[in-house]
Amino acid sequence: MNILPIILIDGITFASWLFLVSAGITFIFGVLRILNVAHGSLYAIGAYLGATFILQFGGQEQHGWVTLLLLVLAATVVGLTLGPLIERLFLRRVYGEDEVIGLLTTFALFLILEDVIRLIWGIEPYLVEGPFRLFGRVRVAGIAFAVYPFLLTIVAIVAGFLLWFVIHHTSFGREVTCVINDREMAGALGINVPRIDLIAFALGTFLAALGGAFTAPMMSAEPGMGVSVIVLAFAVVGIGGLGSIGGAALGCIIVGIARASAVQLFPEIELFVIYALMVAVLLWRPQGLFGAIELRKI
Amino acid sequence: MIDVQNVSRAFGMLRAVDDVSLSVGEAETVGIIGTNGSGKTTLLNLITGYLQPTSGRIVFQGTDITGLGPRRVTALGMARSFQIPQLYTGLTVLDNILIAIAAHSGRSADFWTPMYRSDCVTKADELLALFGLRDQAAATVSNLPEGRRKVLDVALSVILEPKVLLMDEPTSGVSARDKFSVMDTLMPALKEGGVTTIFVEHDLDIMERYAERAVVFDGGKIIADGPVADVLARPEVRRAVLGEG
Amino acid sequence: MSEPSTRPSLPLAAIVAFAVIAILPLFLSDWISFLIALALAKGAVVLGVVLLLRGGLISFGHALYFAIGAYAVGFLANRFGIGEALVGLPLATIISALVAAALGLLLMRFRGIYFAMLSLALSMILYTVLIKFYDFSGGTDGLSVRGFTLAGAAPAHPGLVQYYLVLVLTAAVVYVGARFLASPLGYLMQAVRYNEIRIEYLGASASQAILASYVISGAISGLGGALVAYLVGHVSPELAFWVSSGDFVFVAVLGGTGSVFAPLIGSIAFEFVKNYALKFSPNTWQLTLGIFLLVVIYFQPQGLWGLLTRLRAKLRRLRQ
Repeated sequence: MNILPIILIDGITFASWLFLVSAGITFIFGVLRILNVAHGSLYAIGAYLGATFILQFGGQEQHGWVTLLLLVLAATVVGLTLGPLIERLFLRRVYGEDEVIGLLTTFALFLILEDVIRLIWGIEPYLVEGPFRLFGRVRVAGIAFAVYPFLLTIVAIVAGFLLWFVIHHTSFGREVTCVINDREMAGALGINVPRIDLIAFALGTFLAALGGAFTAPMMSAEPGMGVSVIVLAFAVVGIGGLGSIGGAALGCIIVGIARASAVQLFPEIELFVIYALMVAVLLWRPQGLFGAIELRKI
Repeated sequence: MIDVQNVSRAFGMLRAVDDVSLSVGEAETVGIIGTNGSGKTTLLNLITGYLQPTSGRIVFQGTDITGLGPRRVTALGMARSFQIPQLYTGLTVLDNILIAIAAHSGRSADFWTPMYRSDCVTKADELLALFGLRDQAAATVSNLPEGRRKVLDVALSVILEPKVLLMDEPTSGVSARDKFSVMDTLMPALKEGGVTTIFVEHDLDIMERYAERAVVFDGGKIIADGPVADVLARPEVRRAVLGEG
Repeated sequence: MSEPSTRPSLPLAAIVAFAVIAILPLFLSDWISFLIALALAKGAVVLGVVLLLRGGLISFGHALYFAIGAYAVGFLANRFGIGEALVGLPLATIISALVAAALGLLLMRFRGIYFAMLSLALSMILYTVLIKFYDFSGGTDGLSVRGFTLAGAAPAHPGLVQYYLVLVLTAAVVYVGARFLASPLGYLMQAVRYNEIRIEYLGASASQAILASYVISGAISGLGGALVAYLVGHVSPELAFWVSSGDFVFVAVLGGTGSVFAPLIGSIAFEFVKNYALKFSPNTWQLTLGIFLLVVIYFQPQGLWGLLTRLRAKLRRLRQ
């Protein structure tokens, strides 16, 4: 059996799954200078809410396209409510402090959200296979693949493209770029930095929740899903360079292919390979592939 | 002592230092003057290894030090003070001095003996008295006014008992009263110790009073180099530095 | 946040505290004594984190050394049948120090968030190895640690002997930590946090200072892990998981970084709160901890130690 197409396809779909969460984390870091440990929990909430919407309104069989809309809706709800809530209530107070403080604040939020999820949705997994089954299977190079993961890839690509478009071709995007490059200067130039912060965090939250929502049909919403995804996202973002969305995309692809290769050739090192890659990349380029080195002016 | 040979440093299109050559002999006192952005600080950064030149060489006592980082250059006997004081802002003045003393006596790797040893504290006290910082010994640096911070910054570089001392605007931000008192104590001491001194200045009075030789920067190039009174009287120098004429 | 200059004179309070903790087992139940010992041993690990925090470095991967120390004892007891603490403890400490030296060479080039992320990745590497290689590590089942002996003798009350072993060794670790913080290297680490450029221009190396601190930190944390292994009698891969590292950082912040004793106070508070939170409301103990951490971050960033210092200052003023 030719394993190359398996590795490629498996790798790309894994990368797409990770991209939505990683893009959110790296984007938020670029704007707010905070590494959001709770991002995995937001992903999980997206998954649980998406599953809940489908079970309540979707009916699991025919109206397949409706279920996809429900997933996007779930992600939007999370992005529009939890995002601004967290940013306003918890994060705003720690801007300008040590990076350590931001990290600890989001770690605290992670602890809180993990229990909140358990309190709201319990500990049983939520299975919503409807959308997954809807799309059936396809044969590529003589091997049958489920179609749904390709959908995830399309969602990731569309999301990535939209993000790129917004950043490079809208006035909002230009303001965001200003804030990313120099927060103080942006404020001095009259940019409403608090508003940018809020929107950026909400957007990052939406992306994570979207990733989670679209994962629910594939892997079910279950306890601890946020915990495992967040370290993977950290590895990707470390490889790609903090603050760089392009870096996150490249990091995802590298990690995806590496992991897929390991799964096929050397299953024991499947998880190990991801962290080993991160260490290797940082050894070579301490700021990540597309991260920026800053030399202080004296 | 120091030989800067055809050194250039470009930042993209901007040539901050443009083909500069400068030779400073032992125990000389050289003042560098020029308008903002004329390349003076960049030169100090290059000499001490904080920046790499895009071309040229820097030789110190016969050793090529081009591109060696600040740590190696300091170990070879050069010390430097900064335009914007580089201090441990969250620590006290006394802590700053003690850390410098410990570094100078090679105790940086010592993790067992207390830093507040009586001999070190005595030495620190002497230095604080010399620079008029005794009253602020327990003050946290971030609470100090800018002038005092500048003085502390200079003090830290002097602690290293260097062969060559480079100072970047040692009196800027310092009050008029302290300016001269610090320099009056410091400069003769340096002269007596045979320390080669290079300082960057804006203030012509300071230049005239303490420098023997003046080097004038304009647009990244040296446009004059000679005895202080002589150079500062030249019309093209006064035009470049003061905008006269 | 400015740290007070620490002189290594042993405060009277510490001696009193030591004495009090020493006689506690006479009055308290076995379970409470166990909790105290566990808190002290973990407090040693947190002290390792605090030493690095002084330099502005947050190690989000210290569970690595915790696990290395614990598994060193675990292997020795489980695979080689050696439960002798006088062999296991030094071995665990030395192995941890060696690993810290090797990894420190890599980590010393990093600061801030990247230091945190890389340390996390390194600890996760150990975690994945411990999980997957069953023959080697017992996989997710872990290893049981039986046959504890001290100087060849198997005590009738191992819990009690372990209690005093932990007390003595923790006191030793605290002493080493105190001397470190008062030493030139300790102050240089604080300097790293504020101005690395100035350090380089003093002819010293920030990276080397970090490396030295990291080795000491790793050794202390490894010793803490080894003690926990004997206390609990079992080691498993969770010890290396990133959430475990997060807990150590949590406790470091909870206790505060102002003193060598702060991590112990934070650790005791943490273990007791966690113990009772788990008992009374198992579904919300993480929530409780999270809220607790936020409260500390927002209102008392100097941690419990900062609170104690403020109270002491207030009492002094009231007396005057």
